[in-house]
Amino acid sequence: MSGGMIVVGMADLNVTRAPGVLTTLGLGSCVGIALYDSVTKIAGLAHIMLPDSKQIQNNTNVAKFADTAMVKMIQDMIKLGAGKDRLKAKIAGGAQMFAYNSTNENMRIGDRNVEATKKLLSLLHIPLLASETGENFGRTVELYADDGRFYIKTIGHGNKVL
Amino acid sequence: MKDINNLGDTHFDILKEIGSIGSGNAVTSLGKMLEKKVEMPVPSVKLLEFKDIAGFIGGPSNIIVGVLVSLTGDINGIMMFILDMKSANAMVDVVMGGMVPKNDTFGELEMSAVNEIGNILISAYVGSLSGLTKLRITPSIPYMSIDMANAILSVPAIEFGKVADRVLFIESGFKVDKIEMSGYFILVPDMPSLSRILSALGVG
Repeated sequence: MSGGMIVVGMADLNVTRAPGVLTTLGLGSCVGIALYDSVTKIAGLAHIMLPDSKQIQNNTNVAKFADTAMVKMIQDMIKLGAGKDRLKAKIAGGAQMFAYNSTNENMRIGDRNVEATKKLLSLLHIPLLASETGENFGRTVELYADDGRFYIKTIGHGNKVL
Repeated sequence: MKDINNLGDTHFDILKEIGSIGSGNAVTSLGKMLEKKVEMPVPSVKLLEFKDIAGFIGGPSNIIVGVLVSLTGDINGIMMFILDMKSANAMVDVVMGGMVPKNDTFGELEMSAVNEIGNILISAYVGSLSGLTKLRITPSIPYMSIDMANAILSVPAIEFGKVADRVLFIESGFKVDKIEMSGYFILVPDMPSLSRILSALGVG
């Protein structure tokens, strides 16, 4: 717990209802996916590390990948009473923390995480309301289940509310 | 070896020894550079859960400095040198001989000093790893970032995330003179390279 907030770790996800707050600390190349149903005030937050579970053999932790994390999070939110058709998304993260050789596939992992997340949202017909991605700095995010606001905090690059 | 979960005690001992020799070499060069006595406790080899990776350096939100070098050749992967801000400031102070005005800002000059120290340390570490294993390793130029620990450590974590649900850290801290200063080396070989290192040292 961090100030009464539910902390979502790296390669982890969680869901809550109002007045709960979900947070994940220091997103680097990872992506924080926030889903929200404004009618039931149910929120979900995932901290994914990799774009695609199907390209990886060791994929037992569903929260590690954009595709499997999204499915699990939606299921968990529906269990709490959220409506799939009402879900809206906000995303943050996908930075390239070190400026090295951006043509190297491995080092573009942040971009690939963001691309995969956006593609999945569109496949699942979940509107992406706002995103704060890329660049070369880390982000801490907080998702408030009472109204779906999504705080983004950085070190030296300002704070924002999406 | 396909999975780091299969690592046994012998592997851990070997990796600890690599960490010991590598960082020993690096820290000796640091001592020479600073003209100070450096101390180095026995390194530790850890398999950490993703959620716990920043525990050794003050937690996920703590601001740290990371210098990263990518390794290619017979060993592919990344090598990182990590410091908390307090240590980075202390180190700059010692290197610059107090020429830098004391304030809280960490500017261009400080950054390039730490980047270069990191580079020298990593080169010394990698050099001894190469000598020990007779494997060819080519380090890249150094890249640096100052940010939240989790954000910086997500880079090695993601590399390991491709093959495992835990991260292998060969972690070596050190102290300089009476000045409290701790830094960590993190060697992150990819799985085939880890196997090559272990077989080069006689454990398959």
